[in-house]
Amino acid sequence: MANYSTNEFKAGLKIMLDGEPCNILENEYVKPGKGQAFNRVKIRKLISNKVLEKTFKSGDSVEGADVLDTELAYLYNDGEFFHFMNNETFEQIAADEKAVGDAVKWLVENDTCTLTLWNGSPIAVTPPNFVELEITETDPGLKGDTAGTGGKPATLATGAVVRVPLFVQTGEVIKVDTRSGEYVSRAQK
Amino acid sequence: MSDWQPSATLTRLQARAEVMQRIRAFFAARGVLEVETPSLCAAGVTDVHLQAFTTHLHMPGKQQGQQLFLQTSPEYAMKRLLCAGSGPIFQLFRAYRNEEAGRHHNPEFTLLEWYRPGFDHRQLISEVDALMQHVLACPGAEIFTYQQVFVDHVGVDPLCADIEALRDVAMQRGHGDVAENETDKDTLLQLLFCMEVEPRIGQQAPCFVTHFPASQAALARIDEQDPRTARRFELYYKGMELANGFHELADADEQQARFEQDNQQRQRLGLPQVPLDHYLLDALRSGLPDCAGVALGVDRLVMLACGAREIKEVLSFSYHNA
Repeated sequence: MANYSTNEFKAGLKIMLDGEPCNILENEYVKPGKGQAFNRVKIRKLISNKVLEKTFKSGDSVEGADVLDTELAYLYNDGEFFHFMNNETFEQIAADEKAVGDAVKWLVENDTCTLTLWNGSPIAVTPPNFVELEITETDPGLKGDTAGTGGKPATLATGAVVRVPLFVQTGEVIKVDTRSGEYVSRAQK
Repeated sequence: MSDWQPSATLTRLQARAEVMQRIRAFFAARGVLEVETPSLCAAGVTDVHLQAFTTHLHMPGKQQGQQLFLQTSPEYAMKRLLCAGSGPIFQLFRAYRNEEAGRHHNPEFTLLEWYRPGFDHRQLISEVDALMQHVLACPGAEIFTYQQVFVDHVGVDPLCADIEALRDVAMQRGHGDVAENETDKDTLLQLLFCMEVEPRIGQQAPCFVTHFPASQAALARIDEQDPRTARRFELYYKGMELANGFHELADADEQQARFEQDNQQRQRLGLPQVPLDHYLLDALRSGLPDCAGVALGVDRLVMLACGAREIKEVLSFSYHNA
């Protein structure tokens, strides 16, 4: 993997730090009136997901991280691994529970997810922004209630729990925003 | 789509023009002569942390072009004018530095540089303070020694501490990546100053920091009362470094020795050697009047005058679409 000098740093560049691939979020060039210049860099570690600040001497270089985002369709979970497939090449990739993380509650068969691969292995899974899931359990709502009040909890087919309006019932399919975990609407038939 | 539009709004360009007018009025009222000196010179700056743009002049009939340096500041030429008896002079100079661009940096920028024969660093600080108030209508400045601000904000005496003590505190403050293997004391001092001191000073009123360590003297004379320090000052205001000034070194032999040390350090770092400015050294040998001089970043001053967050907001065209 190529090395990157601080003057190539910019948001989105992937570098190796403490043996972990990281994504640069912000880069600021700092220079005293006379003397050595520095780069103050805000970084997200891609495995631990920690955000931290690092200082580099300007002109220093850092090893790049072979990190790639790829779009794959979710197939199934075999109890240990989650299997995804490239719909063009039919190549399959298996991600473990750690890589899938919180995305597990938004995985719908055949939905296209973004897999972040480091040296070819998945380290993170990002579900689509919107998914459609069936409600498996929710209290029957009160008659005549419309949208707008506090709503009620509903458990979805994947085990995710979201707040839904009182008029939505068990067995219905709803659309959820996976970034906020919020109900959007009933699914379009 | 082509990105042809200016980086600054028209309002900002008007604010910029007004700052320039105020600067000229300030010096006209004080009898300081406006001068212009060349951007292209045969010699450049030796400072290892400054990289000049170079170009070649192709004269008819000559096979090889002559190497020329775009000046990183007008200091050498202005000192030659002083040696020639110019009296007090100022210049609004377009400076060029081959380095990274950022929120406060553009590879070409405008410097206000001025020299005052008969002034020492203290008298010049008062004049910079007066100019700041004249241009920005800001409060009067505070003045601290480098040692004082360093002790206040880092908790270590920069003039006495050894490398290990500086490295320890840098690591405690989260700068271990740089500090861990650093063997140069000045780099550690600059790291701590940049990261821990600068963001905390000059927030309410402009702040002068004086008496930098002698090892960071640049072109300042060493202080006779405390030879660990140099008569060099810097000005900070609202998170920006604005100006650097010296009670000027007049000793040609010491100046030449500092240039040569710079070139030796350049060699160690694998940087190109820079020819010494013999015109400057000869001028110093003929006698530089006792004087103080300062360079102030005009673009940053304009940023303060109109509340801009980035330097490109006060440039007609920043390097991004120059």
